[in-house]
Amino acid sequence: MNSPIKTRHVAVWRGEGEIGHFETYDVPAYDNQTVLDVVSHIQHYIDPSLSYRFACRVGMCGSCAMMVNGEPRWTCRTHVNKVVGQDVLEIAPLRNLPVIKDLATNMDPFFEKWVKAEAVHHSSSSRDDDMTAVLPNDAERKKADAGIECINCAVCYAACDTVAGNADYLGPAALQRAWTLYNDARDAGKQTILEAVSGVGGCHNCHAQGGCSHYCPSELNPMQAIAGLKQAATRALLKGKL
Amino acid sequence: MLTVRLYMLQRVTALLMAPLVVGHIGVMIYAVQGGLSAAEILGRTQGSVFWFSFYGLFVLAVSVHAAIGLRTILHEVTGLSGRLLMFFTWGTALSLCVLGMRAILAVTFLVRGVS
Ligand code: SF4
Ligand code: SF4
Ligand code: FES
Repeated sequence: MNSPIKTRHVAVWRGEGEIGHFETYDVPAYDNQTVLDVVSHIQHYIDPSLSYRFACRVGMCGSCAMMVNGEPRWTCRTHVNKVVGQDVLEIAPLRNLPVIKDLATNMDPFFEKWVKAEAVHHSSSSRDDDMTAVLPNDAERKKADAGIECINCAVCYAACDTVAGNADYLGPAALQRAWTLYNDARDAGKQTILEAVSGVGGCHNCHAQGGCSHYCPSELNPMQAIAGLKQAATRALLKGKL
Repeated sequence: MLTVRLYMLQRVTALLMAPLVVGHIGVMIYAVQGGLSAAEILGRTQGSVFWFSFYGLFVLAVSVHAAIGLRTILHEVTGLSGRLLMFFTWGTALSLCVLGMRAILAVTFLVRGVS
C-alpha cells in the first residue's frame, strides 16, 4: 500500500436493530482503496466492536453489500474514489432488510423469498435416468444463462422500491432465479414456478423501472427476467392454466 | 398486491381505453370546432345506443383500471392490505362506475325535451 495522502471522514451506521446513528471516523485515504478496506480499517484499528459481513473480497460470495452514500453496492469491489463526491463517505446497512447490528443485516427474508418464488430445483429425473442434455445454443438455455451468475448479494433487493413498499414482493433476485429455472431443461417445475410468481407478491408487482438492473454488480438484468416471467404467466393464464 | 389476474385486467382495460380516449378526444374537437350547442349535442346523444355503449364501455374500463392502479399505490404508500384494501378497491370501482353511468344515462336516455 502506498503512503496515505490525507484523512477521510467516514460516517458509519452504528446501532442494534433499527435504532442507531451515524458515527464519524477518520480513516487514512489511499489510492485504490475499496469501501470494504475502509470498513475493515475502522474495525481493525479504531473500534473492534464494529460488525459487518464479508468473505471473499473478490466479488464472488455476495456477502459484503452495504449502502454507500445512499446507494447499494458490493463494497469489496467498490473503489472509494469512484463513489466519493464531495469527499463524503457514508456507509450504512443494506436497505430493505432488518438490521442485526451496525452494517450487518439479517438476510433471512431475502432468501426465504427465493423459496417462496419456487426458485429451487425441481428434479426431472432420477439417478437411473440419463443426464439431460444442456445445449448452450438452445433459445431457452440462453435465457437461463443470462441470469445464472447471480451472487445473491441482495444489492438489487435493496435498490428495489417495490420491495420497500410491498412487504410481500418476492424481489428481483428471487424472481430472476425462478426465471432461470423456468428455462432450465433439467427443471420439472415450470407450472409450480408460474403459480408461485403469480400471487400477491409475484412478478406482476414489478414497476419495471430497472433499479435492480442498474445496480446489479454482476451486470445482470433481473428486470428482463421478470418481464419474461410476466409474459409466461400471461400466456398460461390465457390458456387457462393459471 | 397485484396477482396475475388483476394485472391482466388492468392491461386489458388499458387496451380498451386507448381507442376510446382517441374517439372521445375526436368527438370533443369536432363538437367544439363545429360549434355545436348543448341542445344539438343532446339531440344526437339522446336515445343513442351507440353513444351509450361507447361511453358505457369507457366508464367500465376506467372504473376497473383506476381501481386497480389506486389500490397498488395505496398499498405501496400506506401499507394498507387485506379486507380494507379490498373494500377500497371495490369502493373505488363502484363509485367511478356509478358516477360515470349517471352522467351517461343523463345524456343518452334520461334527459328529455331540452331545446
Ligand atoms: S424493475 Fe422491478 S424488480 Fe427491478 S427494481 Fe424495479 S420494481 Fe424492483
Ligand atoms: S441479481 Fe445481481 S444484484 Fe441481485 S442478488 Fe444477484 S448479483 Fe446481486
Ligand atoms: S466480500 Fe465477497 S463479494 Fe464482496
